[in-house]
Amino acid sequence: MNMNLTLVAQAITFAIFIWFSAKFVWPPLLAAIETRQKTIADGLSAAERGRLELEQASKKSSDSLREGKEKAAAMVASAEKRAAEIVEEAKSAARVEAERIVEAARGQVEQDIQRAREELREQVATLAVAGAERILRREVDAKAHSELLTGLKKEL
Amino acid sequence: MSTEHAPSNATEYIQHHLSFNVQPVGNGMVHVDSVITAFVIGALALGFIWWVARGATAGVPGKRQAFVELLFDFIDDTVKGIFTHGDRHGFIAPAALTVFVWVLMMNALDFIPADAAAKVTGLFSDEWRLVPTADVNTTFALALAVWFLMIFYAIKVKGIGGWIHEIFCAPFGGHPLLWPANFLFNVVEYVSKPLSHSLRLYGNMYAGEIIFLLLWVWAATGLAGTVFGAILGAGWAIFHILIVVLQAYIFMTLTVVYLAMAHEGH
Repeated sequence: MNMNLTLVAQAITFAIFIWFSAKFVWPPLLAAIETRQKTIADGLSAAERGRLELEQASKKSSDSLREGKEKAAAMVASAEKRAAEIVEEAKSAARVEAERIVEAARGQVEQDIQRAREELREQVATLAVAGAERILRREVDAKAHSELLTGLKKEL
Repeated sequence: MSTEHAPSNATEYIQHHLSFNVQPVGNGMVHVDSVITAFVIGALALGFIWWVARGATAGVPGKRQAFVELLFDFIDDTVKGIFTHGDRHGFIAPAALTVFVWVLMMNALDFIPADAAAKVTGLFSDEWRLVPTADVNTTFALALAVWFLMIFYAIKVKGIGGWIHEIFCAPFGGHPLLWPANFLFNVVEYVSKPLSHSLRLYGNMYAGEIIFLLLWVWAATGLAGTVFGAILGAGWAIFHILIVVLQAYIFMTLTVVYLAMAHEGH
């Protein structure tokens, strides 16, 4: 166990090796590993992002599906309501029309009755005058007794 | 040229395998085998990782890249758990990677049977000790480098004044009467850190080598010795896998712990 210049030589070799490692060996390995780590981390976070986006998209699609369904149901409901309204309106319009027609018919009938009664009255008066004329013949002057006849007619 | 020196007895065999290839350089001596082996094995290991890192893709990694990234993550997780004082990617983590890979590879050379390795190293020299971390110079060089880095970071983080203040006022308190005790405590701590750091690794690897050598000596003594030497050698090699990896891990962890402690104020 004797110490000599070997020590110095080995220390110099050591220094050269450390310098070589620090300059040429360590940095490229570190760069390669760190780049790969970053790539993997990026990939993982991208996957996570994709998963979240998928979740959101499916949530959104189910939302819009539900919304569409609701909208369709509302449309059907309002259409049904409208249809009922239209039917109701038609019914009431028909009723009114019918009443009007009945009313008009009733008025017509009333008029006809009135006219028939008027005619009847004329004819009765005429018949009565004609009868009286036939009975009285000469004695009765149509002109002289028209006042009386008109009064008789009214009474009829 | 190697066969001429074939050892004649156990003592010579073990001594032969524990001696370094010492060459004079300038005014001092250098263990050429430790320096060259350490450099070659470290360059091969780090070069392999560098080759993979250069072609690293951020996409789906191949098996080779996955293996290197496994190592990278292991180091980075360990450092992240200990060093929480700022950017670790600039220096601390690469330094930890270097320490772990280099020490692991140097330790792992212990798995190559000494006499089999000599078939290759013998081409260069008969004197060639293969495991650089069983050379106290190597482990102490690493520990001392970490020690200087520790002081560098302590001063960088706390300032020179803050560092001196800490040496005299921590851990017992800032009262002037406590200054000597604090100073003594810190000196012991600063001395013990590199010593325990380096000697733990050195001792483990040295002991592992010796046990292997003793088993190989036994294996040369006859049929029974060969059988038991082979069985125990296999057992020790398997257990040694744990020691090799564990010591490399401990050495790296302590390196990070010391540097992290330097960033902490008391």
